[in-house]
Amino acid sequence: MRVWLTKAIVRRLLITQSIVAVIELMTGPAGSNSQPVYGFSHSFGESSSFFGLFRTQRWVTFFFVGLICWGVASFWISQGSRVRKSVHDALAFPRAATQKRPVRWGAMAVLLGFAIILPHVETAPFWQAAMVEQIAVYVLLAIGLNVVVGFAGLLDLGYVAFYAIGAYTTAWVTGALPTPALFHHALNPFFAIPVAIAIVMIAGIILGAPTLRLRGDYLAIVTLGFGEIITIFANNLYGITGGSLGSNQIPHPSIHLGPIKYIWGLAPVPYYYLALGFVVLFIIIFSLLERSRVGRAWTAIREDEVAAESVGINPLKYKVMAFAIGAASAGFAGVLTASQLIFIFPASFTLQFSINILVLVILGGMGSIAGVVFGAILIQTVTEFLFHSPPSGYQPQDLYIYLGALLVAMMIFRPSGLIPSKRRQREIRLSEAEHEGHLDEVLTGDDT
Amino acid sequence: MGAFGHYLAAHLDTLKSEFWALFVGGVANGLLYGMIAVGYTLVYGVLRLINFAHSEIFMSGGFAGYFVLRYFVGSGAPPAGMSSVGLIILGVLVGGLVGAIVATVLERVAYRPLRRRNAPKLAYLISAIGASYFLFNLAGKEFGHLAYSTPQPYINHPVFHIFGAPVQMYFVIIFLVGLVMFASLDRIISKTRLGRGIRAVAQDAETASLMGVNIDRTIAITFIVGGTLGGAAGFLFGLNFGVVYTMGFVPALKAFTAAVLGGIGNLRGAMIGGLILGIFESLSLVFVQAAYIDVVAFGILVTVLLVRPTGILGERLGRAA
Repeated sequence: MRVWLTKAIVRRLLITQSIVAVIELMTGPAGSNSQPVYGFSHSFGESSSFFGLFRTQRWVTFFFVGLICWGVASFWISQGSRVRKSVHDALAFPRAATQKRPVRWGAMAVLLGFAIILPHVETAPFWQAAMVEQIAVYVLLAIGLNVVVGFAGLLDLGYVAFYAIGAYTTAWVTGALPTPALFHHALNPFFAIPVAIAIVMIAGIILGAPTLRLRGDYLAIVTLGFGEIITIFANNLYGITGGSLGSNQIPHPSIHLGPIKYIWGLAPVPYYYLALGFVVLFIIIFSLLERSRVGRAWTAIREDEVAAESVGINPLKYKVMAFAIGAASAGFAGVLTASQLIFIFPASFTLQFSINILVLVILGGMGSIAGVVFGAILIQTVTEFLFHSPPSGYQPQDLYIYLGALLVAMMIFRPSGLIPSKRRQREIRLSEAEHEGHLDEVLTGDDT
Repeated sequence: MGAFGHYLAAHLDTLKSEFWALFVGGVANGLLYGMIAVGYTLVYGVLRLINFAHSEIFMSGGFAGYFVLRYFVGSGAPPAGMSSVGLIILGVLVGGLVGAIVATVLERVAYRPLRRRNAPKLAYLISAIGASYFLFNLAGKEFGHLAYSTPQPYINHPVFHIFGAPVQMYFVIIFLVGLVMFASLDRIISKTRLGRGIRAVAQDAETASLMGVNIDRTIAITFIVGGTLGGAAGFLFGLNFGVVYTMGFVPALKAFTAAVLGGIGNLRGAMIGGLILGIFESLSLVFVQAAYIDVVAFGILVTVLLVRPTGILGERLGRAA
């Protein structure tokens, strides 16, 4: 038995079969409080169609899927490096092309143009609403969290708090909370944008200044608690936040500038353009920041805090800056959500939300703005697609299971994300090479 | 002074009259926090990492113990006397066993591949958070999203009184289980060969491996020990508060607070931190609404981290006993 288990090929078979069994459970029917075993037994025993060929029990289907995966994995382990090399060589030309500035600018212009005409191409009301509420808002949040996690390397698990503060500030400025409005007049949500951004940045400083002295893992748990505390306060301070019912009287934004008069109504498309404008604005600001002195300071702190400090960078100052700047886009996302949906309540600002945003950043690639935007659009589109036309047995809550598994899988197989930031990828490789003792190869070798 | 003085006087009176009842409850909660905190502290000792998925080990222990109770008790009348004691012991054992299994799988899947590659610290944290997210949502899918309440009349009757405060069977169970677990753990860590291995890895993993300590095995055992206590605590917690897929989050955050309060990496610190936190939290119920009780624990965490991040007993890494 032991001899068999030590054989790589047998081990691999067991591993692939157990992974497939987990996937079987994830995709299977759900149990319930009255039937807690139902999910388990039917995930394996339920009869299902074998790729439309014949009907059999799920475990049979998945057993064969497992065998196929085993074959692919075995092939990859024996031949993978060769396949990877040929793919690498085949992609040499497009990769070189993307390094050229005109190509990059051209591609960005094409993408922007596509984003502008998109609402006129896809006119289904469901997808138009999804573009604003589920995709644009998440892109905003993801590029903000990317500043904190990707640029500065600080794990913030309470990022939803800034989003919540942004949304509640909108309600406050527009006089939709039980407490008197901020400027004593109910104002248009447009005024809430600068106020909300300012308030979340201050909140970032207030939270960051004491806690960012802590080590990374302590910071993660403190921010986790902070996100939870914000929800508790929003839920219980009836006189100020409206308690668990929140507020449902937030007005839509409008412009009254002399002859120009425009009111954002219920239709999602105008909000889409508003959001798109701010997404572009934030992307420009964040990518300029990344290449500025501040961005380099963040990188230095992330790579080696002690070394950074010894060349005169004040780590605390730059970390607090990262927190405050990263919070800004969440603040705007809060304003956007609140003024579009006109209602907010604490139950929508949960821990789940912070983790979902983290998944977008990790999938796309920490520290890579293009990656993060791509990750956010990809995951949110898939999510909405699953929500819109769910495959049999899929429930919206199942999504969180997949996202959790995705986080683990990304960390094991591709920690630098789908579109990695070059610098980040190099850091990870250096850290790993140092361990294996071929640091020199990585340092002197080509970095492609 | 006036209004505040009245407020304080009134609440101090309540505190005086309720002190022992709150104290007993606080000690029981504190022991549970301590049991969970041991998992954080041990793993921190050998890996220098906070195991973010520990809350799900606690949760799975809670579910396992609950299903054992449900299997034996069903919808019939709750047992009394010796048979209920037997059921509790069985529940603790099964909860601990399942906690240990989940902890082992977790270490294998979410930690070991990263350790092999010497991945950056951030990667471990993210992987553990992913695992935690995966586990509790999977539990929600399989067992439903509503809370199960355990059949509990046989644990709610008072056994004896301390200064007029009733001590319920539930509290006695927790005292006994907690004491047995801590005493045996303390002995294992400080006296046995296994414990010496764990302490050696905590002090200096590289040197320990040169001296013949099997690091992989030691880390796996550390997860098993922490998982056993966490799972057993999950069962005991579920006995009183019911089990639900999100049950791990708040107790684990508090247990982490307890571990930091006592000095993370320090076994006795975890126990003492747990007791202090439990009692403090329970007594603060006199002054704040129950809804804000989690805010109190969080406030303690932030204060300790800022004022004395090494905790009360200090981070005595490698001298875990």
